Amino acid sequence: MTIAGRRLTPWAAFWLAAAIASFFLAAHGASMTAAIDAGWAMQYPAAWRWPLNAQISAAMKWLVEEVHFHFFTFTEMTRGLAWLLKQPYDFIRSLLVGGFVRGLGRDAVQLLPSLSWLAVVFIVAAMGYYARSWRLALLVAGCFLYLAVFGKWNSAMVTLSSILIAVPLGVVGGLLLGIAGYRWRPFDRVLTPALDLMQTVPIFAYLVPILFLFGFGPVSALIATVIYAMPPMVRVTTLAMRAVPSEIRDFAVMVGCSRRQMTWKVLVPAATPSLMVGVNQVIMLSLNMVIIASMIGAGGLGFEVLSSLRRLDIGAGLEAGIAIVVLAIALDRLSQAFAQRSGYRHSESSNYLTRHPWLVTTALVVLGTGLAGLFVPALQDYPASATVTTAPFWSDLVRSINIAFFDQFEAAKVFMLVNILMPVKRFMLALPWPWLVLLATIAGWQLGGWRLATLCLGLSVFIAVNGLWELAMVTIYLCGISVAIAAMIGIPLGILATENAHAQRIVGAIIDTLQTLPSFVYLIPVVMLFRVGDFAAMIAVILYALAPAVRYTAHGIRNIDPQLIEAGIVSGCTRRQLLWRIKMPLAMPEIMLGINQTIMLALSMLVITALVGTRDLGQEVYIALTKADVGRGLVAGAAIAFIAIIADRLISAGAARTRQRLGLA
Amino acid sequence: MSEKPVKLACRNLWKLFGDGAARFVARHGAGADAAAIQAAGLIGAVRNVNIDVRQDEIFVIMGLSGSGKSTLVRCLSRLIEPTSGQILFDGRDLLRASTREMIEIRRHKMGMVFQHFALLPHLNVLQNVAFPLEVQGVPRDKREARAREIIELVGLGGRESYFPRELSGGQQQRVGIARSLAVEPDIWFLDEPFSALDPLIRREMQDEFLRLQNMLHKTIVFITHDFDEAIRLADRIAIMKDGEMVQVATPEELVLNPATDYVAEFTRDVSRAKVLSAGSVMGPVLRESETAGTVSQRARVAQIAHQVEAADKPFAVVDAEGRIVGSIDRRRVVNVLIGRDAGA
Ligand SMILES: Nc1ncnc2c1ncn2[C@@H]1O[C@H](COP(=O)(O)OP(=O)(O)OP(=O)(O)O)[C@@H](O)[C@H]1O
Ligand SMILES: [Mg+2]
Repeated sequence: MTIAGRRLTPWAAFWLAAAIASFFLAAHGASMTAAIDAGWAMQYPAAWRWPLNAQISAAMKWLVEEVHFHFFTFTEMTRGLAWLLKQPYDFIRSLLVGGFVRGLGRDAVQLLPSLSWLAVVFIVAAMGYYARSWRLALLVAGCFLYLAVFGKWNSAMVTLSSILIAVPLGVVGGLLLGIAGYRWRPFDRVLTPALDLMQTVPIFAYLVPILFLFGFGPVSALIATVIYAMPPMVRVTTLAMRAVPSEIRDFAVMVGCSRRQMTWKVLVPAATPSLMVGVNQVIMLSLNMVIIASMIGAGGLGFEVLSSLRRLDIGAGLEAGIAIVVLAIALDRLSQAFAQRSGYRHSESSNYLTRHPWLVTTALVVLGTGLAGLFVPALQDYPASATVTTAPFWSDLVRSINIAFFDQFEAAKVFMLVNILMPVKRFMLALPWPWLVLLATIAGWQLGGWRLATLCLGLSVFIAVNGLWELAMVTIYLCGISVAIAAMIGIPLGILATENAHAQRIVGAIIDTLQTLPSFVYLIPVVMLFRVGDFAAMIAVILYALAPAVRYTAHGIRNIDPQLIEAGIVSGCTRRQLLWRIKMPLAMPEIMLGINQTIMLALSMLVITALVGTRDLGQEVYIALTKADVGRGLVAGAAIAFIAIIADRLISAGAARTRQRLGLA
Repeated sequence: MSEKPVKLACRNLWKLFGDGAARFVARHGAGADAAAIQAAGLIGAVRNVNIDVRQDEIFVIMGLSGSGKSTLVRCLSRLIEPTSGQILFDGRDLLRASTREMIEIRRHKMGMVFQHFALLPHLNVLQNVAFPLEVQGVPRDKREARAREIIELVGLGGRESYFPRELSGGQQQRVGIARSLAVEPDIWFLDEPFSALDPLIRREMQDEFLRLQNMLHKTIVFITHDFDEAIRLADRIAIMKDGEMVQVATPEELVLNPATDYVAEFTRDVSRAKVLSAGSVMGPVLRESETAGTVSQRARVAQIAHQVEAADKPFAVVDAEGRIVGSIDRRRVVNVLIGRDAGA
């Protein structure tokens, strides 16, 4: 068969036929199935449902109410664990905000004040200087001053205290798990899929069980944060340990290292620069969790954003959201500087104090401001009268934008809804579920053989038998459209970034900023401008998921062997031909991986957009959270994870194939 | 030299990579040939190797890339487990040693230098050199004193606080050498230690290495794929091909009597004057009045060429005790220098 002069491969012909068949089925499926009395194919019958969510809820109930080990019950154990975690948290929190007190309420006596705001600003500035330069010191000091001046100091310090506990826990836990995975292959084989699940199951889904086990409060929020932020550290650790050159490992054996010495004296230190990348990730993900964690009691900046969002108080929400971003920027830059600094430098001086002048100065400032603060309150707590608020400004700005551009926004929204969103949604819902399960299975078979086919079959059937098919279709439609648009914006931006250094800097700056923003923050402007619904959700998802499409495209193009491009130039390609004939095909595997990441981010964002009123699996999870229904939340969460896993496996297999075909592997 | 005791030896050593290697060797024994190994889906990295390394000698293992040199030394040091065979270190079978015993042996008796240096990036020069002692639990001041001593010895004094990435390749390998000597090993393995260096630096490091060996007298197993390097350094050379040992001999014997065409091919482009000694090319004994002086029979032709060429008369060749055993004249020197067969 030939179309437009190009021969079709058998698979391409198959998928073309499948697409035509899908359109036919979408149009006539309902009447056809009704004719042969096969309504079950259109709508999965309630009678066939597997009551998995009820089973999970029952199991949870049993765990919390019935289980006890000899001396204590399961609940006592988890609450004990929570108490244990609470101690360091309380300490840091008292140190940063509130001070150390004895007694409660009216009788409380302050034993020691907290660190003064000046001391904190000075400490972070000193860290910035130590890690890199005066410029970094000024940047982080500026960020923290912003928090003080805009009246977010106390909330920010509450947030910072949970970050300061969650990050070390996540880093150490991730490091230990990663090392264990490196040392014992069988453990690694269990760990890898577990991590896949941890990263794809939406956070909301495991908030409920955590609430059950640890109660409402900062500790539960801490635990959720650690679970969310740890997986990249585990992966980075295992990879970094494997990447230590084999000669160094041989060397360690040859000097007679024991296993412990091998790990702690050789492998971990040698892998430190890579491990620091993981630490940075843990910090950023912990900050990403700040708002969600406040749903189960974290307080701080996250709670401010959440409550203003619920009140639709745009100004206040934006201000608190920006404060989170500012905090994130400060911590991100600091940790990156520390990561690069661990590329050791030598110093001639052997005197500890002269080598670390910043340490002494900082100690002096902390003590000095602490003492002075006893007499001059403004040195201890930033005076409330000197704070500035921008909330009314933002509210006014939004109001005037809405007044001025209401018609344009509304027109764009209606256009998209009527012409794209609605038709696609209707199409997806009109397809019989067995047909889609079949297509997913065939795709799996084509790209990865029977193993992948079985996986696709099993996971998609799971979604159907749990009665989540329709919600899943809404998820897929929203995710699909958002990803398509993100790719249409992101890939050209990525190409642009490789064209010249100037464009690269600008695009790089935009992408860096987008990635530093916690997912929740995207909701604020979107709600401001488009209020609620699928369209608002779509915009938020596109913004959040854009970065990897840009990054991977640019990376893929930059990584092409320069000789190939030179060969193209020598044989007289125009710029356009160079792009389409050489760069794009060779960068394709990399671009596919970027799209894959975009899909993953889009799915995780979709759960959060449940707050702006989507009607998909994300909403199901969110409802389960508000109703504290463990089973319902976990099952819907698993369904989202399974969609992510199917997409990920199919695309990765496809990218691997393309790479093989291009001889890049 | 041949009276020195054997320090390290291996007997019928096999290393096959792939599944079911042990079963394969058990079934086929020493008779397995390359075709059978390949048919079983295995890679024969080391095949039935027997060598004796004597005390204080520089034993060079030489062969093309992939011939199994690294695998062989890694077996000798038990970095990888041989598939079968024996490794005798001071007469004791290393393969029988427990993990604990191996750690002790490695800590005190073995040193190894790596092709890509394998320096620890997070430690400075001093700490890197002291590291093997640190692992043994030697107290800090003691190990650092020892490290400074060796750093001085390899000519890096004053750079103790530098980190590896602040050093050039040659300097890094000096650190690697110093580090491997810190524990005063009995046996010293060097796996292509100079291959990653520029030719000029390589030359300098070879001299350095010979200088150290003249002071320290270690038993050395040295790997290289560079035949010039081998003949400069070696007391004896072992030539490997496809995992098998083809010939073990002194550089001179290799050039004079190559066991196979493969060895002959290796030695063909070698400057014979640097390998052949006066004793191996000398002519009949002449009367004293016919000679201009004496040269040692151990002297390399290249060393005495100037002397012989400048004189009118031939030189008498004497052995270690000063007895005249032959003579060497211009024509014989020129024959060696231009590679003409002695009989011509
Ligand atoms: N871990 C391994 N698994 C499978 N095959 C291996 C392994 N290590 C080495 N080999 C194979 O064993 C053979 C010998 O390798 P070895 O590294 O000993 O060669 P070499 O002589 O040191 O070469 P070079 O000069 O390149 O270092 C090669 O064919 C190699 O591919
Ligand atoms: Mg090698």
